[in-house]
Amino acid sequence: MTDATLPGGVAAKIRRPDLSEARLRRRYSSERRFRFFGLAAIGLAMVMLVLLLTSIISKGWPAFLQSYVTLEVTFDPAKVKADGTGDFRQVMIDALQARFPEVTDRRHRAELRGLLSNDTDVRLREYLLENPDALGQTRKVRVMAGGEMDTYLKGQSTEVTDFSGRGIASLVDIGGGRMRVLVGANAFSEVLAATKVALAAEALEMERELFPLQRRVADLQQALAGATDEAARSGLAVDMADVQRQIAAANETIADMRRRAAASGGIEVLRDSLPSFIARVNGGAVRLTEVGNDQALGDVLLAPDSLADAAPGTWRVDVYQVAETDRRFKDRQIAWVNDLEARGEVDISLSDTFFTAGASREAEQAGIWGAAVGSVYTLLICLALSFPVGVLAAVYLEEFAPRNRITDLIEVNINNLAAVPSIVFGLLGLAMFLNFFGLPRSAPLVGGMVLALMTLPTIIIAARAALKAVPPSIREAALGVGASKLQTITHHVLPLAMPGILTGTIIGMAQALGETAPLLMIGMVAFVVDIPGGITDPSTVLPVQIYMWADFPERAFEARTSAAIMVLLAFLVIMNALAVVLRKRFERRW
Amino acid sequence: MSAIAEFAEPSTGTNSPMVVARDVNVHYGQAHALKHVDLDILQHEVTALIGPSGCGKSTFLRCINRMNDVIDGCRVTGKIELEGADIYDKRLDVVQLRARVGMVFQKPNPFPKSIYDNVAYGPRIHGVARTKSEMDEIVEVSLRRAGLWEEAKDRLLKPGTGLSGGQQQRLCIARAIAVNPEVILMDEPCSALDPIATAKIEDLIHELRQNFTIVIVTHSMQQAARVSQRTAFFHLGNLVEVGPTEQIFTNPHDDRTQGYITGRFG
Repeated sequence: MTDATLPGGVAAKIRRPDLSEARLRRRYSSERRFRFFGLAAIGLAMVMLVLLLTSIISKGWPAFLQSYVTLEVTFDPAKVKADGTGDFRQVMIDALQARFPEVTDRRHRAELRGLLSNDTDVRLREYLLENPDALGQTRKVRVMAGGEMDTYLKGQSTEVTDFSGRGIASLVDIGGGRMRVLVGANAFSEVLAATKVALAAEALEMERELFPLQRRVADLQQALAGATDEAARSGLAVDMADVQRQIAAANETIADMRRRAAASGGIEVLRDSLPSFIARVNGGAVRLTEVGNDQALGDVLLAPDSLADAAPGTWRVDVYQVAETDRRFKDRQIAWVNDLEARGEVDISLSDTFFTAGASREAEQAGIWGAAVGSVYTLLICLALSFPVGVLAAVYLEEFAPRNRITDLIEVNINNLAAVPSIVFGLLGLAMFLNFFGLPRSAPLVGGMVLALMTLPTIIIAARAALKAVPPSIREAALGVGASKLQTITHHVLPLAMPGILTGTIIGMAQALGETAPLLMIGMVAFVVDIPGGITDPSTVLPVQIYMWADFPERAFEARTSAAIMVLLAFLVIMNALAVVLRKRFERRW
Repeated sequence: MSAIAEFAEPSTGTNSPMVVARDVNVHYGQAHALKHVDLDILQHEVTALIGPSGCGKSTFLRCINRMNDVIDGCRVTGKIELEGADIYDKRLDVVQLRARVGMVFQKPNPFPKSIYDNVAYGPRIHGVARTKSEMDEIVEVSLRRAGLWEEAKDRLLKPGTGLSGGQQQRLCIARAIAVNPEVILMDEPCSALDPIATAKIEDLIHELRQNFTIVIVTHSMQQAARVSQRTAFFHLGNLVEVGPTEQIFTNPHDDRTQGYITGRFG
C-alpha cells in the first residue's frame, strides 16, 4: 500500500523483471540526445538567420533615407527661361555662392558644388517648369544632397568625438586664412592628449608598414651573398643602401613621434595623416594645425560670425577620426554641412528616389525600381514558358508515356538537368538565343527564357511527384463512369495535383528570382539607367543589381546593396506567402 | 433449402446472357491470374463471384469493363462479349463500353466535389442531358434509385466526401447508375461498411436488379446468398463451379466449393 503510493514504488511494480533496466535507460538517453541535437540545430539556424537579418537591416536602412538641402535659389531671367532652357547649373552655383559668399578659391568652390547631387540642375529645371511664376524670384527649393554629404549626415563617413569647450575661447585673426584660438589654462589638455594618442597610433601603423622593407633587406642580403658577378653585386648593394636609408628615415620619424607622444605639454603639429581636429567657435570652424595646452593655431574653414569671446559650453572641438586624406568628404565640406545643419537647412527624410529610380553612378540618384521591374518581366517570361511546358511534360511522362528505355533515359536526364550549374544555362542562352536566334541582349525576354530552362526540371519533378500522389481510386472512379484518359486527368487528377505543382513552380520561381550567374552571360549585367518598358528593353534584375552595387566603392552604395537585398528578400517572402495561399485555396480533401 | 431460399429468388432460367466469357486468360507479367474462364452472366440477375483472396474474381470483374487496361503488364486473352459484341475488339471504344458497364469499387471513392457534381459527372461527359433541368432530373432519379435522395437533397452542393462511409458508397452507386448502364460491376462494395450500411446496400442491389444486370464480388458468403441469383466460385484462377446460388450453397458439385462454403479453407 505505502509502496504503491510512492512513484518509485509504482515503477517498481509495473516493471517487468525480465527486461533490462540499462537498456531502457540507454533508449531514453538516446532519445533525449536526439531531441537536444534537433533543438540545437534549430537554434543555430535561428541565430544565423537573426544575425543575417540584423546585419542586412542595420546596414541597409540608411538607403531608405535621403538628406535634402533647402537652398534659396534665384531664377535669374538672364540665365534661364520659363520653358526650361538656359543654364540651370549656373543658377545652382549662384545659389551656393550666395549661401557661402566667402568661398572664392576654385578648388573650394568645386568642393562646395560637390555637396549637392550632380543632377540638381535637372531638379531646378523641373521646379521652374512646374512653377513658371518663380522666374525672376528667389525661392526656397529642396534639393538632394550628394552621396558623400548624405553618407556623412548618416554618420557613416567618419567617427566623430567631441570635446566640449571649458573656459572662454577667443579668436584672433592672424591673416592668411589662419586664426589663433586662445583658451584658458589647460583647457586644451584633453585635445592635446587626443593628438598624442593619435600620434602614437600612427607611429605603430608606420612601424607595421616597415615590415616589408625589412624583409626586402633580408632578401637583398641573401642575394648579395649568393651573387658572383661583380656588376650584379654593386647593383644589389645600391638597392640595399637605398632601402636601408628609407628604413632609417622612417625609424627616425617613428622615434620622433613616440617621443612627442610620450612628452607632456608642448605644442603638437597636426599633420594631414592624423585625425582632423576642428574647433567650432561662434558659428565658424577652424581646422587646428598646431595644438598647445592653452592655445591652438589653425586654418579657417568657415568664417565665424564674430571674433568676440565665446562663453564656456558654446564652443567645442570635434575630432574626425578618419584622416582627411582617407575620406572623400573633406573638412571644409564638413564645416559647411555643420553650418547648414545648425541653421536648419538640412533634413533627412524618406528617400523618394530609392523606390522609383533606375541605376545610377551617383548613389543618391540610384534606385531599385529599374531592377525590380526587370525582375518582374523576367519572371513573367520564365513563368509563361516553364509552367505550361513543365506541367505538360510532367503529365505526358507520368500519365501517357510508356515505361521503356527511352522514357527512363529522359527521366534520368531531367533529374540531372536539375543539378546542372546555372551558369551553363547562361552559356547555352548566349550561344542559342543571342548568337543563333539573334534575340536582343540584356533583355528580360532572353533572361526569362534562360531561367525557364533552369526552372523546367524543378517544375517537372515537382509536378510528377504531385501527380503520383493523387490516389488511384480517383482515377478509377473517373474511368469507371466512362471518362476518357484525358478527361480523367484534366477533370480530376490535375486539379488534385495542382497545389503540389504550384508549390514546385513557386520554389522554381524563387530560385530563378535569386539567380545571377546565367544572366551575366546574356548581358543583363549591363548598366541600365532607364526603367525597362517592355520585355525586349535592356534591363537588369535584382540580384545582378546587388552584385553591381556591391562592387561600387562609395560608402553610400554599401547601404544600397543591403537595401536591395532587403527588397529581394521581401519579393521572396511575398512569393512564398503566395504559394501558401494558393496551396490552401486549391487544397481539397478526399 | 432453408434460410437461403427465402432470400434468393430462384432464377427464372428464361433470361438471356448479357455477358459471355469464353476461355478468358489474364496474365500480370509472368503470373497467370485467370485460367480458361467460361462464364455467362444473365440479364437482370445478380451474379456473385466468390472465392478466397487472390483467386481472380476481382480480375475477372475488371475484365468486363476493361479496367485492367490501365494496369501495366496486364494481358487479357480469350473472348468476352457484351450482348454479342466482343469488348476486346480493337475497334471498340472503351469509353462507350464503360458507359454501358458501370463500376462500384471496394472503397467508396467519391470525387472531391459536391454531391450533385459527383452524380452529374458521368452524364455531363457523355452529353446525356441537354438542359440544366434534365440534369437535375437525372441527378434526382439516380439519387432516389440509390436510396440517397432523402438524406442528400438538402445538401446537394456540399462535398460528397463529407458523407458517411455507407452514404458515400451509395453516392458511388448513384454516380454509376446516372450514366444508365446495362451492367453494374461491384467489387466488394460493402467490405468497408458497417452492417447497417451493408444492409441498405443489399436492399438497393435487390431493387437495382429490376433495371440492371449486376455482378458482385464478395467475401461474405451470407451476402452472396442474400443478394445473388447465380454464384460463381473461383479458386486459384480457375472458375471451379457456377450455378444457381441455391444449388451452390446447398448442393455444390465440387469438393473445393464444398470446402470453401463450409469454411474449411479460404
